[in-house]
Amino acid sequence: MKIKVIVTPKKGVLDPQGKAIQQTLNSMNFIDVNEVRQGKYFEINTNLEDEKDAKKNVEDMCKKLLANLVIEDFEIL
Amino acid sequence: MIEVTEKIAIEHGLKKDEYKKICELLKRNPNITELGIFSAMWNEHCSYKSSKKHLKKLNTKGKKVIQGPGENAGVIDIGDEDAIVFKIESHNHPSFIEPYQGAATGVGGILRDVFTMGARPIANLNSIHFGSPANKKTKNLLRGVVQGIGGYGNCIGVPTIAGQTSFDESYNGNILVNAMTLGLVKKDKIFYSKAAGLNKPVIYVGSKTGRDGIHGASMASAKFDDKIEEKKPTVQVGDPFTEKLLLEACLELMKDDSIIAIQDMGAAGLTSSSVEMASKGKLGIELHLDKVPCREENMSPYEIMLSESQERMLIVLENGKEGKAKEIFDKWNLDFSVIGKTTNSKNIELYFNNNKVANIPIDLLAEHAPEYDRKWKKSKLPQKIKFKKKDFNKFKITEVLKKIISSPNVCSKEWIWEQYDHTVMGDTIQKPGGDAGVVRVHGSEKAVAASVDSSATYCYAHPLSGGKQIVCEAWRNLICVGAEPIAITNCLNFGNPEKPENMGEFVECVEGLNEASKYLNFPVVSGNVSFYNETKDKGIKPTPTIGGVGLIKNYKNMMTMDLKETGNIIIVLGKTEGHLEQSIFAKEILNEKKGPPPEINLFNEKNNGEAVLNLINDKLIQSVHDVSLGGIITGIAKMCIKGKKGIKFYKFKGFLDKFEYYFSEDQGRYIIEVKKDNLEKVKKILDKNSNHYDVIGEVIEDNISINDEPTLSVDKLTEFNKDWLNKYMVN
Amino acid sequence: MKSSVIIFPGSNCDRDMDVALNKFGFKNKMVWHNDNVIPKSDLVVLPGGFSYGDYLRCGSIAAKSNIINSVIEFANKGGLVIGICNGFQILIETGLVTGALLRNKYLKFICKNIFVKANKSHNKYFNKIKKDVLELHIAHNDGNYFCSEDDLKTMEDNDQIAVRYCDINGEISDNSNPNGSIQNIAGVFNKKKNILGMMPHPERVIDNCLSSNDGSYFFENLLSNMK
Repeated sequence: MKIKVIVTPKKGVLDPQGKAIQQTLNSMNFIDVNEVRQGKYFEINTNLEDEKDAKKNVEDMCKKLLANLVIEDFEIL
Repeated sequence: MIEVTEKIAIEHGLKKDEYKKICELLKRNPNITELGIFSAMWNEHCSYKSSKKHLKKLNTKGKKVIQGPGENAGVIDIGDEDAIVFKIESHNHPSFIEPYQGAATGVGGILRDVFTMGARPIANLNSIHFGSPANKKTKNLLRGVVQGIGGYGNCIGVPTIAGQTSFDESYNGNILVNAMTLGLVKKDKIFYSKAAGLNKPVIYVGSKTGRDGIHGASMASAKFDDKIEEKKPTVQVGDPFTEKLLLEACLELMKDDSIIAIQDMGAAGLTSSSVEMASKGKLGIELHLDKVPCREENMSPYEIMLSESQERMLIVLENGKEGKAKEIFDKWNLDFSVIGKTTNSKNIELYFNNNKVANIPIDLLAEHAPEYDRKWKKSKLPQKIKFKKKDFNKFKITEVLKKIISSPNVCSKEWIWEQYDHTVMGDTIQKPGGDAGVVRVHGSEKAVAASVDSSATYCYAHPLSGGKQIVCEAWRNLICVGAEPIAITNCLNFGNPEKPENMGEFVECVEGLNEASKYLNFPVVSGNVSFYNETKDKGIKPTPTIGGVGLIKNYKNMMTMDLKETGNIIIVLGKTEGHLEQSIFAKEILNEKKGPPPEINLFNEKNNGEAVLNLINDKLIQSVHDVSLGGIITGIAKMCIKGKKGIKFYKFKGFLDKFEYYFSEDQGRYIIEVKKDNLEKVKKILDKNSNHYDVIGEVIEDNISINDEPTLSVDKLTEFNKDWLNKYMVN
Repeated sequence: MKSSVIIFPGSNCDRDMDVALNKFGFKNKMVWHNDNVIPKSDLVVLPGGFSYGDYLRCGSIAAKSNIINSVIEFANKGGLVIGICNGFQILIETGLVTGALLRNKYLKFICKNIFVKANKSHNKYFNKIKKDVLELHIAHNDGNYFCSEDDLKTMEDNDQIAVRYCDINGEISDNSNPNGSIQNIAGVFNKKKNILGMMPHPERVIDNCLSSNDGSYFFENLLSNMK
């Protein structure tokens, strides 16, 4: 089973990459853009068959490894 | 608005008495914004309330000192209108919570301290201390800190030229990250933080303000307990790219005379920068907080004043220069906003949407900040240990050497410094791994040497001796590269000042370092104190870190430690007394942790150091290295490894046991390599100068050969030296 | 000979390159990324550093800057263009040279001296350098060169591999590959060989007191070809 996870910078935490990308998009004439936040996307293949178990497991992975909870949030899709 | 109570004040880290004093001084209760400002300014980190009394005694003056402590960084004269700006600073607590960002913002902060003064940063150094390698957190903390230091320094393009890494279980729950920066400036182009003149515009430049690190300065002085997790969100995120832009923009603006005063927003952000500038100029300051560029919505005056968002500066400009200044910051895509002006009120007055939200006399925040004469306990010099020398016979010298050279605190740190860009700017002529890092003064014949040192083991065993020892060690390291030592910066990492033992360690280390600093004419020009380095009530070993800076008049005379040529003679300069207590040999091999650290004889220290420097300048020696951890043999082994050469030891004379001879850590000693043809000349000079020396061996190819011991190949030794950290980090 | 070094926000080897070019006799000008035209030049250099913080992908944002169009135009007319380190990454993002630069194999920034063997046939960058193995310097996080097998074959057939990592004896092997680059590739040319992108920094090794002096051969050779 494949579980998908998105990790993003926490609300309020400075995202230097997002900021630089936003400024460049603006300078490329995408003037409507007022914020960009850049995150990470993971696809995790697991042998578990029960979706609930698998997601619970992935949640644990996020807390322990995939996300740095000091500065990042995660969302299991 | 929240009503301020004593309970809230205590939650801000203030003591009951301190809160009472605030109310008395103000003749009213502070509002929440004012309380936040007081708590930040009266915090240990900003006020130096426990340390001030002792720091006042420091030797801070000298012929070459242009600016001593009290500014963003110290400044020394290196001749020809050039000056070096430098300082070391701690970022210990944030780095334990989030090692990458903590270390990165530590580097960012110290870089700003230096370029705030108009100097272009030319070198970074760091001193980092971790828990026992066996502690399960150590590896990740080390990796994160190294990547953070590299991530910031590499990106901004300042070479990291030297450093120090140690492991000790006392740092298990409280690592140390001390970062140092050197900058180059013309003597007549130094900028200070003292505001002057009335109605001058106060400008905010750099990144926007977010809710980062609110109360970071308070956190920096809070001891860690089980609730550490709750403190997490206060860690700031560094943006080295923006800092690079800020650096270039500031240096561009500094080319003319627009700036009256400039101060970076470090700990306690806008609060401490505005208060310090006004306080130094004996002025008032008025700020309109709604004009501060904010990254997040609905930020309150309290949050804006206490935010520790990085990469921001506060500038007092000459009237009429706002337009030109704005153009520069626009060019570099940075925020620029006139947020207030200087006044004659001697108060800090804050407005938010035209409402006055705070009004505090500045001297209450600065001069009237509490100052404590904390109780402290004097340390006794521990008794000497009676080692059973008969027992040493079960060891082989070469086996012990292998063990020491691959021990965590002696082994090669190449894994670390290879991750730091140490060559950007094209002037690095001595890279990490030597006694000191050296960079040329761009476009001149001069070069600047810098080193960082600390020895918690010695300081813990006897703070007074330890304090002296690190200053001497810094001095020696500069001499070893052929530099004339000029001045030092110190980062004083200690436990809880409210405990007499910890406070005693601080007081006596400072006393020791001051004594050496005076004797060697090696003044302290900048520094920082980090207290409350403890976890669950257990303090770290006292760890004052000394950053030393010296000058090489002609970079072509720079010296290195690698052995140069077969047939050359090896001399140990300075007397070997056989002091084993607190040595690596005692700790690692004998498991003996008691006893006094080696004694410091300042007369010999100075006499030997000056002799080495003279020999280097007279081109009479080929390589030199000071004797430190692991004694003579460890020192020589490192010279062999670096030079890919071996050594044949002569049979040594004297009454010492051979282990005492090879592994003792007596101070004030240097190992020098001399050409056979120069030997008599060198001996004559040393005799005339009353330097004790022993001719101990000669350079050969490939092997280390000690009398009746089996020979040890230098290749093998190199492997032992490099492998430990590589394997530790991979596994 | 006239050269131009482009400064992007976050470039940090621009001054080093300027120093090197001037040392070897170029008349160098610094050009701001926001300008639209390159001053009259015989050589354009995209220097190392962290343009735009290396955010998004290394070199990707710089590849969208104003000046790039005129760099492309200059290159298409046969002008000499060098991209060093981050400059190489920018060249790749503009499509002027082929391939991609991934994170280093061991996921670490690497700063050290390395040895390379250069391709001396039919190019102005290395043709007359006598030394077989050059000791240059790398300092990067993302220098792991990659391209498809087809591209690799095309480039090899066309002699476009400019520099390969080797050991001190010139041996090209996995042991002498610092970052995992495919076929030890440290630098490549475009088809016409007027554009060179490479990770090693010749400008950091131009004096005996620095970690090597072999970068001098690079600049001296280049200048001698342009006179």
